[in-house]
Amino acid sequence: MSIAEIQQAEGRGTPVLRRFLRKRTGVAGLVMLVVPLVAGLCAPLLVRIEGQDPNTLHTDLLHPDGGRPLGAFGGVSADHWLGVIPVTGVDLFAQIVYGIRSSLFIAFGASILSIAFAAVLGTAIGYFGGWLNAVAGRVIDFMFGFPGLMFVIAIMAIVPPEMPRGLVLVLVLAFFGWTVPARIIGAQAGAINARTFVEAARATGAAPWQIIRREMLPHLFGLVVVLFAMSLPGNVSVVAGLSFLGVGLRGDVPDLGKLLSDSLPWIYSGADVWYMLFPGAVVFLIVFGATLAGDALRDVLDVRMEDAA
Amino acid sequence: MPDPVLQVEDLCVSFTSGGVTADVVRDLSVRLDGGRTLAVVGESGSGKTITGRAIMRLLPRGASARGRIVVAGREMLSADERELRRARGSDVAMVFQDSMSALSPYLDIGAHIAQAVRLHDPSVTRRAARARAVEMLDRVGIPEPANAVCRFPHEFSGGMRQRAVIAMALVNRPALLIADEPTTALDVTVQAQILALLRELQQEYGMAMLLISHDFGVVGSVADDVLVLYAGRQAEYGSLRDIFDQPAHPYTVGLRAATPRLDARLDTGGERTRLRAIPGAPTSLRDAGPGCAFAPRCGLADQVGERCVVETPLPTVRPTSESGGLHLAACHLDRLPALQEVAR
Repeated sequence: MSIAEIQQAEGRGTPVLRRFLRKRTGVAGLVMLVVPLVAGLCAPLLVRIEGQDPNTLHTDLLHPDGGRPLGAFGGVSADHWLGVIPVTGVDLFAQIVYGIRSSLFIAFGASILSIAFAAVLGTAIGYFGGWLNAVAGRVIDFMFGFPGLMFVIAIMAIVPPEMPRGLVLVLVLAFFGWTVPARIIGAQAGAINARTFVEAARATGAAPWQIIRREMLPHLFGLVVVLFAMSLPGNVSVVAGLSFLGVGLRGDVPDLGKLLSDSLPWIYSGADVWYMLFPGAVVFLIVFGATLAGDALRDVLDVRMEDAA
Repeated sequence: MPDPVLQVEDLCVSFTSGGVTADVVRDLSVRLDGGRTLAVVGESGSGKTITGRAIMRLLPRGASARGRIVVAGREMLSADERELRRARGSDVAMVFQDSMSALSPYLDIGAHIAQAVRLHDPSVTRRAARARAVEMLDRVGIPEPANAVCRFPHEFSGGMRQRAVIAMALVNRPALLIADEPTTALDVTVQAQILALLRELQQEYGMAMLLISHDFGVVGSVADDVLVLYAGRQAEYGSLRDIFDQPAHPYTVGLRAATPRLDARLDTGGERTRLRAIPGAPTSLRDAGPGCAFAPRCGLADQVGERCVVETPLPTVRPTSESGGLHLAACHLDRLPALQEVAR
């Protein structure tokens, strides 16, 4: 066999992507996640195409008595794709796409940070075990016993106004988000470390970092991706929830949670249900899409399931 | 006499957990020359696997080894991590029992072997290491090696996988191969092939082999010398011939009687014989007091009396059948009664 043949055979790509694309729920989830994400990324462009901006008031589109939007579906028209917000008459579509931006980016940031930290710590726990495992385990126990959400609310309530609230949110969410993933990755890494092929690598003279990189990380990669995909919807919900409670982003920054919170009276009175339905649908799409995509990813990346199939 | 490839002197391995210390290997001394095969035999828990691990310094957490282990001139117990990594895979390599779990499911066969090559010679290019893997697969009798390097472990049969594991272990031509039950997970016809392959490669490379096994059939077909372990201690050591023909330790006799034999009917003139189990279970290593560890299970202990319970027998020289090889047994009985009697 020539070297060219060896290379050719080696060049076979791993069919992970193809297997993922075969999963209908996964693809559907990915679309549900990616469409809002792209909309958030292109928010300024989309809003310009619509011919609106997220701050201009359109009081002429509101009912003079009570301030609910005129027209069907909360004032949906060619000019205002998702209608306008009651009382102020701000364009809802513009608010939503800008809101996706802040919510989703904070959620992404927090998930990336927490899962990256969890991956490093978990791998170290699994490989070195011993006292590191004991210490990290107790710290995680402590974090479990800690009322995380209360703490986040308390912190966000006292953040000085000159600090960037978005960044603080990312850090605070990441701080509370790494524990469960770290424990899961640590357990998995420990199980891999005990397997014979790691022993076999050691018996051929591999150094610790070589074992971690070549033997352990490929096994952990799928788990890490899945944990990331699973932590994302949670963080989106928490960011929305915090804004809903009034301790999220600053008042003038568009945000999905804030939209939901502001829409509450209008859905109680039934005067403008669309004010809640449109942003609610977007949050639902993102959370549901990320969950579906995460599930499908787990199935695709899990070797054991692959073997069973 | 040339320097032995493996020299073990007074090896003790103990486990400590929860403040309790258990000696799993005690006062073990072994000498193994290049080109020869030493079989280490014993029940589960006799310390045979731990002995193999200790030689590579791959002991589990909580275990510590004392004594002296020299592999190809290198002191293993005092070596630092760097030196150990250099020794592992190039001076001493290991073949594992379960070939499925000894190969990473994420790496193809070639990657395993190429990695072993490049770990010990970083100057080898990826391509060259890959080519070396193909060569090695061919050498261990894998058909279409150029194709096989790109296969993943689960695409191989058990026998093929074990061949690949052997290729991975031997690609750097180690002076010593530790084969830990290399054929236990394989079916009988494949067992014979793998053993023949190991033998053949051993002759070719002139390496020493430490074969860990509980199967006297396997031992009989490959070993030159046999070390019988019981409760971490050397029960008997001798040439294959001596161990088979004139065992000097009741435990060895018991092990032999517990091994199924195709020729058993011929021996007994056509009468059906039942396999004999050694009564009882191996003693707990934790509360090992004085006396012979095998005494509670030994059918001959009452012939000696109290001595078996109070005094630990040391290995003493026993008669050999020919050529004056070393034959040691740790038993207070100088002479065992005829085989049939002991087994009864």
